[in-house]
Amino acid sequence: MADAKAAVAVHDAGLRHHFDDSAQQFQSSTIGMWVFLVTEIMFFGGMFAAYTVYRGLYPDAFASTSRFMNVTIGGINTAVLIFSSFTMVLAVRSAQLGQKKALIIFLVLTLILGSVFLCLKYVEYHEKWVDHHVPGPAFQYADSRYFHQAQILFFLYFAMTGMHAIHMIVGAGLLITLIVMAARNSFSRGWYTPVEMIGLYWHFVDIVWIFLFPLLYLIGRPK
Amino acid sequence: MSTMLPFAQIEARPNYLNVDYGWKSWLFTTDHKRIALLYLFSITAFFFVGGAFAVGMRLNLLTPDGLFAHDTYNKLFTMHGIIMVFFFLVPSIPATLGNFLIPIMVGARDLAFPRINLLSWYLYIIGGVIALAAIAQGGVDTGWTFYAPFSSTYSNTHVILTAIGVFVSGFSSILTGLNFIVTVHTMRAPGMTWGRLPLFVWGHYATSLIQVLGTPVIAITLVLLGLERILHAGIFDPALGGDPVLFQHLFWFYSHPAVYIMILPGMAVISEIVACFSRKAIFGYTFVAISSIAIAVLGFLVWGHHLFVAGQSMYASVVFSFLSFLVAIPSAIKVFNWTATMYKGSISYETPMLYAFGFIGLFTMGGLTGLFLATLAIDVHVTDTYFVIAHFHYVMVGGMVMAYMGGIHFWFPKISGRMYPENWARFAALIVFVGFNLTFFPQFILGYQGMPRRYAHYPPEFQVLNVMSTAGASILAVGYVLPMIYLAWAWRKGPKAPQNPWNAKGLEWEQSPTPPPTFNFETQPVVTEPAYNYSGEEEEVQRG
Repeated sequence: MADAKAAVAVHDAGLRHHFDDSAQQFQSSTIGMWVFLVTEIMFFGGMFAAYTVYRGLYPDAFASTSRFMNVTIGGINTAVLIFSSFTMVLAVRSAQLGQKKALIIFLVLTLILGSVFLCLKYVEYHEKWVDHHVPGPAFQYADSRYFHQAQILFFLYFAMTGMHAIHMIVGAGLLITLIVMAARNSFSRGWYTPVEMIGLYWHFVDIVWIFLFPLLYLIGRPK
Repeated sequence: MSTMLPFAQIEARPNYLNVDYGWKSWLFTTDHKRIALLYLFSITAFFFVGGAFAVGMRLNLLTPDGLFAHDTYNKLFTMHGIIMVFFFLVPSIPATLGNFLIPIMVGARDLAFPRINLLSWYLYIIGGVIALAAIAQGGVDTGWTFYAPFSSTYSNTHVILTAIGVFVSGFSSILTGLNFIVTVHTMRAPGMTWGRLPLFVWGHYATSLIQVLGTPVIAITLVLLGLERILHAGIFDPALGGDPVLFQHLFWFYSHPAVYIMILPGMAVISEIVACFSRKAIFGYTFVAISSIAIAVLGFLVWGHHLFVAGQSMYASVVFSFLSFLVAIPSAIKVFNWTATMYKGSISYETPMLYAFGFIGLFTMGGLTGLFLATLAIDVHVTDTYFVIAHFHYVMVGGMVMAYMGGIHFWFPKISGRMYPENWARFAALIVFVGFNLTFFPQFILGYQGMPRRYAHYPPEFQVLNVMSTAGASILAVGYVLPMIYLAWAWRKGPKAPQNPWNAKGLEWEQSPTPPPTFNFETQPVVTEPAYNYSGEEEEVQRG
């Protein structure tokens, strides 16, 4: 017990009682985050599997619905997200170097880019709503041959991009937390684990979009 | 050395139980041992809720014409399955014994993420309360498998509420698995190499892999199911262009590995018990350790054997059948190695060992009948019959619950600091074994003769075997209630446990005080010998 108390008295910033040292704690956080991201891959994987199955079953219907995907907004959003990953990397680097001001600036930039993505996503969803392309009782589709099949595609579109958007919203909340913590001088060169971990999360959410964009917007699109 | 303290001093020493008494010290604790106890009590409650539904089913099946209406019976077996699978079996050993023991066994002060550990208990409780709320409102009748399109379109019961309960509790399972994986990787004490880890830890590591990789898939599947039910946009309903077999693929991609979540921790417990009460090192440690991982990996490749009659491609079925047979190899390695461990061991017959005997025999029967079911032609004959019911109850109840009971008895002195009454416990173990076999063995015969599962009524010629099964279930119930009574008594009034009542190996018995203090160890534990070094007992390493 005496040993434990002595360790508590001299521990590094952010070190919790049950770890021996900061290196062990950082390693634990990193492995934990990666394992969490694996669960996220499996979570999205179920929807990617469903997408693959229906794409194989109904290729014509999928070609017909892909005309209604807004490639312009989707493309802009892809660029926005890739750029936000870049600013996130710079934020992590600033945290490593202990540059508080740069850290806050890059976190805010990342947050702004994420918000731009969500706003554009809202515009897209609104288009679908107006066109009665939201699955449900009000669903309508011009080509009556593909009514049910098109509804499945839009179902998958909303499920996949919606789940992605929920992850973006969570990410935005996490970024705000980081900004507040950074402003309160919570981070130092010795302890910036949350920045690094949320950075990993942010990149993961970006990568999901990198897969969603070609699958939902580009493949099978009529010229 | 602390292990030599007289009882009076053990009592005076602060431990995780007497360090604080208020309700806040329990509900806001981050101590893995207290969280394990929170889980223990809540899981026990769900066990008896699930058991109550089983009682209803067995009463109904006393007579060919049944006791309840068909709809009621459908709800009984559904809620029995959902409660037992998601709220008892999946968390049973990992969340209680695993939570309590893994940090101590690897020589750590706590799990890697203590607050996430507490969060997982709250998620379990929230999920459980939602499921209970669905039951209170009239329940659900889809079967625990939630097969679409019945669940998504036609059922008039509380499917969505129940699915939300399962969804939420799934995250509790994921977080427990994540915590174990990270703890085993980063928190091992000096000298605790991978090759020295107790097999209990190996088994839980394999379980955690499944929890982490499988559970998210059922989560998203239930989300899609709920969305289809709300929007009536068919992703699984064939009338709307959907594919119901896709639902079964996604469901079993989790739920087949999940049945290994419900047996690997049991195997983990049995390895500890068999070594201790045979006074021998486990035969072929490496093989037993790796076989856990092999079961977890192979478990992800065999889900299609649940779809042999669902319209799956015949070629896929052949492959799934072959892969399912492969699971028998690591499972058999375990059974043979436990047996070889006992060979020429100096076996004693304390209660945990009785449960271990029960486990080995019953799991072997459950496993071998699993091979019947992996065989394509036989599976077609017995699909959805009581043969399947008997098979998986031999594994889940004869295996997992036996191991759970054995583990609870084995570590009861560690957890409570007191001894349970040995003769009552032996008696209860015997009752469980007899009651279990009388309940489920007749079901093998019933199933082979063609009695389908999930029907409230049956032809009169099946009555004798069904009455036997119900009689067995009532004996089994006695076997489960008895330990509740004497363990509750022992917790308050039992004789004080010595430091290491079984003279067992392992950090939890040898270097952590009984019961453990909040941070588990008084000095930094150091491991200097392989696991289960029972033969080297006289040359025990001197510490401190």
